[in-house]
Amino acid sequence: MCHVTAATYDDLQGLIVRLTGDEKHDWSSLSTLDVLWTLYDRVLEPGDRFLLSKGHGPTAFYAVLAAKGILPVDELDGFGGFDSPLGHHPDRTLVPGVEISSGSLGHGLPIAVGAALMGRRVYVLVGDGELDEGSNWEAVQWAGRIGLAPLTAVVVDNHSSTYHWPGGIEGRFELEGWTSAHADGRDHDALERAFRARTGDAPHVVVAEVERR
Amino acid sequence: MTTMRERFYRLAAQALEDDPSVAMVFAEIGVAEMPRHPRLFNVGIREQLMIGVAAGLALEGMRPVVHSYTPFLVERPYEQVKLDLGHQDLGAVLVSTGASYDSSSSGRTHQAPEDVAALAALPGWTIEVPGHADELERAFRRALAHDGRVYIRLSVEANAAPVEGDGLTVLRRGSDGAPLVVAVGPALDETLAAAADLDATVAYLSTVRPFDRAGLAAALRGTDVVLVEPYLAGTSAAEVARALLDRPHRLLALGVEIPELRRYGTPAEHRAAQGLDAAGIRASLTAFGTRQLRAA
Repeated sequence: MCHVTAATYDDLQGLIVRLTGDEKHDWSSLSTLDVLWTLYDRVLEPGDRFLLSKGHGPTAFYAVLAAKGILPVDELDGFGGFDSPLGHHPDRTLVPGVEISSGSLGHGLPIAVGAALMGRRVYVLVGDGELDEGSNWEAVQWAGRIGLAPLTAVVVDNHSSTYHWPGGIEGRFELEGWTSAHADGRDHDALERAFRARTGDAPHVVVAEVERR
Repeated sequence: MTTMRERFYRLAAQALEDDPSVAMVFAEIGVAEMPRHPRLFNVGIREQLMIGVAAGLALEGMRPVVHSYTPFLVERPYEQVKLDLGHQDLGAVLVSTGASYDSSSSGRTHQAPEDVAALAALPGWTIEVPGHADELERAFRRALAHDGRVYIRLSVEANAAPVEGDGLTVLRRGSDGAPLVVAVGPALDETLAAAADLDATVAYLSTVRPFDRAGLAAALRGTDVVLVEPYLAGTSAAEVARALLDRPHRLLALGVEIPELRRYGTPAEHRAAQGLDAAGIRASLTAFGTRQLRAA
């Protein structure tokens, strides 16, 4: 068994290559890389939950879990194989540290709302394209109206939604009673500040903007 | 007589008081029937959220009870039921009200006779079809005692008396060659009336998944089986086939034949139109070859 030591951000690339082999990197997974790293390196505390709702392209997620010693590094080699627990969409029953099985869009935010109801601090990552799914807005509306303070959503905005979000993503959450912060999705300090901008009185959204593919 | 629905609200309110791990997730429907409670969550008219919230509560170790009208509980959030509960391997108790044609005058939008078939297609669900408020109480208490996935289907149709016992329960024995007629839940009284003067063995079943295959195989002495299910016809036909792999048999699967009936009226009129009243069931039984007990 490979002995895991605390890895650094610079180790992530090697871990991702180990996952993907010779395949071209999946840009969609990499759009989440810095947000995931910032969460696991600086923001999440013991007892917090992190739900990856946007389960498509999870290589960055697996790499961060491996870098943090949550997932054995050796598992990365079999990615997508029949005998590997690591699929192209994660399965919580197969992978340590994966708290929800995702892949179909629009499921993580509603589940996060349920988990936060009992007082657990919950972070959920969604994509701007994923927000097309109406189920997200059921969750955004209700969480805001009941003031579900333990909940934080982070929207990785790589401008992939075909019809865009005129007026901005933050405003839609704010209208429903959320606090919000915007950050460069590649800037770890800015992301950390955005996560810490939660007031504790309302659910909080961080819109992490990354380059358009 | 207490309806199943009245009994459920009483049991639900009591469960919230008695068990700190129980939480309820409603989407407006039924909220007015319940006392306020900090673990009764009304998400408004948001059924996808209703199931997702239940899954989140289950992640936190709670025992969520989710309740709504059948089409809005089972069909509208079907992918949430499949993924947020099943694929996450989380448990919940789904309690529907408004079975098949209970809401006859409301039309198709408020009818989901496909509910049992739809949930039976997903792995791991226990499906309870109580025929009496006392059976509902038994099923509900049993469901709260574990952390699996349970569907309990309430109906305004009910039998005059509850049936004791679990699994397939033989209530009346016919001759050895007589068909085995299995009535499910609230279909029992009409089935008993239909078979009153026929040579048939009549059995009762209220837990339809997992299906009591061993009980069916043990109860059948001839070759003919009749299912009387108060929802989509044929829902348990494959279960009968699996139960009887070791012998040749015939199956008549009665149930709701015409989900798109496009009529309003009363539940009794719908029951008759679907061939599920005593006269309709009797006609089907005799056409299947069931003999009368004595010459007329």
